[in-house]
Amino acid sequence: MAKVKINRQRCKSCQLCIVWCPRKNLKLDETLSETGVFPAVVIDPANCTGCGMCFVMCPDACIEIEG
Amino acid sequence: MGKNYSRPQALTDVVTHYCPGCGHGILHRLVAEIIDELGIRGSAIAVAPVGCAVVAYDYWDIDCAEAAHGRALAVATGLKRVQPDKIVFTYQGDGDLAAIGTAETIHAANRGENLTVIFVNNAVYGMTGGQMAPTTLLSQKTATTPRGRQAATEGYPLKISEMLALLNGVVSVERTAVSSPKEVLNTRRAIKDAFMNQMERKGFSIVEVLSMCPTYWDKSPVDAARWISEEMVKYFPLGKIK
Ligand SMILES: Cc1ncc(C[n+]2csc(CCOP(=O)(O)OP(=O)(O)O)c2C)c(N)n1
Ligand code: SF4
Ligand code: SF4
Ligand code: SF4
Ligand SMILES: [Mg+2]
Repeated sequence: MAKVKINRQRCKSCQLCIVWCPRKNLKLDETLSETGVFPAVVIDPANCTGCGMCFVMCPDACIEIEG
Repeated sequence: MGKNYSRPQALTDVVTHYCPGCGHGILHRLVAEIIDELGIRGSAIAVAPVGCAVVAYDYWDIDCAEAAHGRALAVATGLKRVQPDKIVFTYQGDGDLAAIGTAETIHAANRGENLTVIFVNNAVYGMTGGQMAPTTLLSQKTATTPRGRQAATEGYPLKISEMLALLNGVVSVERTAVSSPKEVLNTRRAIKDAFMNQMERKGFSIVEVLSMCPTYWDKSPVDAARWISEEMVKYFPLGKIK
């Protein structure tokens, strides 16, 4: 199981990671971040393959994947 | 690519000023990843443009010079000639490289300067408020073409990469995009090739990257990415030009 970490301070809510996740495993959070946007969050960590598509599309380098 | 999905070292740890979904952010990360991978953080010198990427020097943890609008390739020529062991690259928008800087671009290319050029084609002048650029598509609405660009009055979108490919001094010209993971990974490969050409002293290489400006295309980031793959590529086909 890969571990996707999304930096809430840096996320700008552009949704590029969300539409390109082949597992549809990302969504916008329902609570605002400190910077005033709804940041991307992982829906089910167990469902992530670690494919890296979210990382590849993120314009703000807020995603890191371990494992 | 290697399976390293962590923040590249050559990218500084700050929040950029770019709008959500801006292609510049993706490209900055790619450039930083390549600099890390080639181990050239100590020898790379970026020449930043005037345009939205004007403060790129704050985002890459490498030596950077700032050029006046359009003059990046003149500055890069000087840097590379004085320090030929450095890896010098320019990062320029379409207004910078293909409008005000056309002369510098063409002559650096024609001289075959051993440089790497990253040319960010977002079909507008982003920094100044979304005015028409040389690369604006026909019918595209901008701040200065409110009814859409017309060939009769504004001319045709400029295919400067194809023009540069005609010059003997140019070794490599490629057009890519950052509109999907596949295209981003291909852009990464192309930019790395362009750096390697310089390291192997082959000469002038340019990668034109079709890049989203959601703000001045009046689109969501996702629709902006689709607009590249559905509309922009019809006029600016992707692939190796030379
Ligand atoms: C000599 C000079 N002329 C004009 C300007 C105003 N100006 C600043 S950025 C820019 C165009 C930027 O467009 P582009 O190069 O496509 O970069 P983008 O912001 O789209 O990435 C212009 C005309 C300037 N800064 N200096
Ligand atoms: S690594 Fe792949 S599967 Fe996991 S969240 Fe990112 S895009 Fe989705
Ligand atoms: S791509 Fe990056 S900035 Fe955009 S929503 Fe996803 S994590 Fe946030
Ligand atoms: S105006 Fe366009 S090019 Fe400039 S930061 Fe915003 S989205 Fe990016
Ligand atoms: Mg531009």
